[in-house]
Amino acid sequence: MTDVLQNSTKTNWTKSIYWLVTDTLTMTKRNLISYTRIPQALFFSTLQPVMFVLLFRYVFGNAIPIKNIQYVNYLIPGIFVQTVLFGSVSTGIGLAEDLQKGIIERFRALPMSKMAVLTGRTIADMARNIVVVTIITGVGFAVGFRIQTSVLSFVNGLLLLLLFSFAVSWGFTIVGLSAPNSETAQVMSFPLIFPLTFASSAFVPVATMPTWLRDFATYQPVSVLVDASRKLMVNFPANISNWSAVESIFWSLGAIAILLPLAVYKFSKAK
Amino acid sequence: MNEIAIEVNDLSKTYPKSKVKALDGVSFQVKTGKVLGLLGPNGAGKTTIVRILTTIIKQDSGSAKIFGLDLASRTHAIKQLIGLAGQYAAVDENLTGFENLTMISRLNHMNKVAAKSKALELLEKFDLIAAKDRTLKTYSGGMRRRLDLAASLVNNPAILFLDEPTTGLDPQSRLMLWDSIQNLVKSGTTVLLTTQYLEEADRLADTIIVIDHGRLIANGTPTDLKKRFGSSVISITLRNAEATDSATRLLSANFPNKLLSEDNTLKVISQDGPKLTLDVLRIIDANNIEIVGLNVSEPSLDDVFLTLTGQTIQEN
Repeated sequence: MTDVLQNSTKTNWTKSIYWLVTDTLTMTKRNLISYTRIPQALFFSTLQPVMFVLLFRYVFGNAIPIKNIQYVNYLIPGIFVQTVLFGSVSTGIGLAEDLQKGIIERFRALPMSKMAVLTGRTIADMARNIVVVTIITGVGFAVGFRIQTSVLSFVNGLLLLLLFSFAVSWGFTIVGLSAPNSETAQVMSFPLIFPLTFASSAFVPVATMPTWLRDFATYQPVSVLVDASRKLMVNFPANISNWSAVESIFWSLGAIAILLPLAVYKFSKAK
Repeated sequence: MNEIAIEVNDLSKTYPKSKVKALDGVSFQVKTGKVLGLLGPNGAGKTTIVRILTTIIKQDSGSAKIFGLDLASRTHAIKQLIGLAGQYAAVDENLTGFENLTMISRLNHMNKVAAKSKALELLEKFDLIAAKDRTLKTYSGGMRRRLDLAASLVNNPAILFLDEPTTGLDPQSRLMLWDSIQNLVKSGTTVLLTTQYLEEADRLADTIIVIDHGRLIANGTPTDLKKRFGSSVISITLRNAEATDSATRLLSANFPNKLLSEDNTLKVISQDGPKLTLDVLRIIDANNIEIVGLNVSEPSLDDVFLTLTGQTIQEN
């Protein structure tokens, strides 16, 4: 016992970071195992974007003519964005569920890194998003999507998306910590995610929207991300440089810089 | 080794959202190797005490020490000395028993090899080895509680906090869990146990603290507590509500502070059983009230609690 007491006084920065990383890996593993134990959840959360692909590709798509690009190539980058954004909602839901079930009480009593409870969740959700995005890539190819740039550029587009979804996950971490239960976390999330996703350039060019909406849709971060990914994946519009990519990275890093400390603060300030 | 394992001084806590004063100046001590039973109805403040002492939340005022270490400044050291088994069997139902225990061991900063062997050792000890690779969804209530208890032991804690460890369990699982707890105490673990079951406190605890509305209302050994509130309880059961009403009126005139009622049973507590029995029966008989049951016994902790708070412990 005396060993324990002496060691604990030596706590320093390198040690805390070491344990943050180790505990994050443990928590990430735990969350990923949970996902594999409920394959239905993964199946249906993948099915939803697949249905959006089919809906826009075959039902609405022919009514949305866009110059100089086939609609399917315009659509798929938008679908990717929608998929990762909707996927990041699960961060809040999972966290609210853990809070509700009391397992977080146990984590709080353990000598582990507190922050790892949150980082383990957001990183696991990013890993899950990678799986879903891979599936959607397959579906996209099946319905006629073709990369118009290079594989590397396409992958860069995906990385941009994942960075953004990671940032958004921290927003939903705060939602999850504020919600009384997982159902509420879910209904709280959609009013946030819905306007950002649909009032954007994900499915239609913003030029078609009324002025008041167009201004919002042009500059909001989801449109910036969609424009950047589209440029990286299918080189559209062809004759402009991709400033959106830089802008999107700034949006993501900025959001992480604000949301992550807020989430950690909210979590450490126990109820 | 410090002789006092837990020392609590004037602890108060109000939850900011609900404005409920969960604790209102509670003080007590637990000696090393002893079992303290924290007894009280739902919402009395039991869980709040556990949450503060296990470093989950901070008190508003007052102080607490674990083996002489201040809770506020030595949080990390304290976490390594304690174990917590929760009210809601806080284990991950999507993981297997083995995965749960390995995870908790890893989060206690054991290396992978040590974590795995600790997990197996505990699964063996709690008779869960056959179910080690099943997810907890398939476990019974009793199995989950045993796994929860096992999870609280991965760091060989010197103090174990058990928040209503047997709530909702069937009698057989309860007995099994009691055995496990008693074995831990034998091996020297200090235990703080909250419970709504008087039998549980009576059986496991060396000292009992009764709290209600965030205040400590009694403190002593189970035997002390029972004695302090009288050595005998006379229970009479009446035929109907009408008879109960008139008997209550008559008896409360004579024994204003010692009368308890539950449905059609009235209880009078006294230091002098034989004399009191005669007194009670004389009054009842003189007024031609018919009784259908009579029992003279030693007071149970339930009676003690009823006297202290005016309500039965599991009422709300």
